[in-house]
Amino acid sequence: MNRIQKALGQNKKLLSLYFTAGYPAINDTMSILTQLQDSGVDMVEIGLPFSDPLADGPTIQASSTAALHNGMTTALLFEQLKDVRETIHIPLILMGYFNPMLQYGVEKFCAKCQEIGIDGIIMPDLPLAEYEADYKAIFEKHGLINVFLITPQTSDERIQQIDAASDGFIYMVSSASTTGAQSGFSNSTSDYFERIASMHLKSEQIVGFGISNEETFKAATKHQKGAIIGSAFIKHITENGTNSVAEFVKTIR
Amino acid sequence: MKETSIDSRLRGNENESYQANERGYYGDFGGAFIPEMLYPNVEELRSQYIQIMQEPSFQEEFKQLLKDYVGRPTPLYYAARFSKKYGTKIYLKREDLCHTGAHKVNNTIGQILMAKRLGKNRIIAETGAGQHGVATATVCALMGLECIVYMGAIDIERQAPNVARMKMLSATVRPAMSGSRTLKDATNEAIRDWINNPVDTHYIIGSVVGPHPYPDMVARFQSVISEETKKQLLEKEGRENPDYVVACVGGGSNAAGLYYHYLDEPEVGIIAVEAAGKGIDSGESAATSALGREGIIHGSKTLLMQTEDGQITEPYSISAGLDYPGVGPMHAHLFRSGRGEFISVNDADAMTAGLELSKLEGIIPAIETSHALAIFETRKFKKDDVVVINLSGRGDKDLNTFIEYFNL
Ligand SMILES: Cc1ncc(COP(=O)(O)O)c(C=O)c1O
Repeated sequence: MNRIQKALGQNKKLLSLYFTAGYPAINDTMSILTQLQDSGVDMVEIGLPFSDPLADGPTIQASSTAALHNGMTTALLFEQLKDVRETIHIPLILMGYFNPMLQYGVEKFCAKCQEIGIDGIIMPDLPLAEYEADYKAIFEKHGLINVFLITPQTSDERIQQIDAASDGFIYMVSSASTTGAQSGFSNSTSDYFERIASMHLKSEQIVGFGISNEETFKAATKHQKGAIIGSAFIKHITENGTNSVAEFVKTIR
Repeated sequence: MKETSIDSRLRGNENESYQANERGYYGDFGGAFIPEMLYPNVEELRSQYIQIMQEPSFQEEFKQLLKDYVGRPTPLYYAARFSKKYGTKIYLKREDLCHTGAHKVNNTIGQILMAKRLGKNRIIAETGAGQHGVATATVCALMGLECIVYMGAIDIERQAPNVARMKMLSATVRPAMSGSRTLKDATNEAIRDWINNPVDTHYIIGSVVGPHPYPDMVARFQSVISEETKKQLLEKEGRENPDYVVACVGGGSNAAGLYYHYLDEPEVGIIAVEAAGKGIDSGESAATSALGREGIIHGSKTLLMQTEDGQITEPYSISAGLDYPGVGPMHAHLFRSGRGEFISVNDADAMTAGLELSKLEGIIPAIETSHALAIFETRKFKKDDVVVINLSGRGDKDLNTFIEYFNL
């Protein structure tokens, strides 16, 4: 069983954090991962920076630009992670955009992930149809779980298709927006959380985008299995330095 | 004569055609690589665009506006002095005479009618040179719809007259501050806006780029250019088909419009002219076919300029409208298949050609268009070849650049 599936099987709500590899400094990757694990975080999304992150708001855009400026590349990230499984045991997901993966070579990328011990991939701009037609077999061969997104606008029919195609969890985008921290959720967001829960999908759902504090974490995990925090965490380490990871996690739960 | 209007032209055998197939692929290029957040919007458009375009009421309104508002058909003008200088027969398809000064308005008229039929009341667009922004602001004023145009901060400076025009037309111009602060970044911002406003907003893309169905839809709206050219050339030369069609390629919409009805006519040579900037090997260029590799930009698999690591690089051209690191998937396919001949022209040669056309023909072209005019210095044609160039826009917006460049 893949580490993601194991984590989803636990009888608790999952807290997952996103950070951009190569930010704030090029060699922060292992230090941030270690602190996240030590703080009791259940899962991590490691962001592979991209020059044109269409689905991201200002905070993650800025961290991506800085990371690229620092010299982060796909090859360098793999190099930094080569011994990650000697110390890190929580599930690791690579999140990025499809073009860098395509240039590295999808087969080679997936093989490298397997070698390192990466459990899953989130590529927002690799849609279901393209994935199934051309890449699914490669991901599966290397034991990688591909995570699909849904939004409040996604039709029930498409949610069913995505559920059927998912082996791990469904990434529920909290509202129609790019990434970015919000202080609270609207009524319609709560309705959406409830609506999806009542569909009784086979896949667990984890909510992302707009989670920033204890309140939004609680609201997001009322009906869903877990929540992912990105922009608020990046803001925190930007303001408080890379050694302040535990401090941030404590404010969430 | 063959009936060639957008409504009647059905797709031919995919394998023999240079048109998009049903999944929006031109050969290996195209598709829709979009985040799930955009899926409902793009799917709504994809599932309806052909049907809407084929409705008689749509056709009627589209044609009426092109005629009475845009001023179509635009003339096909035999440029006698320019032809004499280069020893071949050169016709100019006068898109510069369209209302707002460029071909861009053909597409925005079509898309605003589409947006209305889809029930959208808020319009967003990206713009480079400002021509597409002006053309979008114009049709929004015409229809009384809210209009927001994203424009790179650098382009806002170098295309100031167009920024003022958009404001007069009551559009909001929002500067794109990320990346190279030019067209690519303005497009990113427009896409992010669409993600944040998925219900009431239509995104009017300005070229044959972006996810399917945009490249095909924009090409169909622009195809009026070659539809007219066929008729006009028949009158003037006794044949519908020239020996060559020539256009500059930024994203490739004016080129797609001129090529459209000639794509599957093998005797017509297709020439695409890209901006070499300060030279292909200078590191400051926008010549995608020479410098690009297959990749994904703005939701489309196409040729694009990028690093080995897959980061999209920042292009450069003196002309804001050609300053884009990719090309539309139609053009990527024309390049890879060998159907199209790709030539790149640097800043200096384009500027010289623009000045030359002004002097020889009394027509001041846009700097984008000037790139296409510059090929005759190096690309030789036979004396009785008939060459049609798309005169995609007029140079008013570029006066400051011309003044500075030539110390006028
Ligand atoms: C006059 C003119 N020609 C050409 C272009 C390039 O666009 P496309 O390649 O889509 O025709 C522009 C873009 O702004 C333009 O204003």
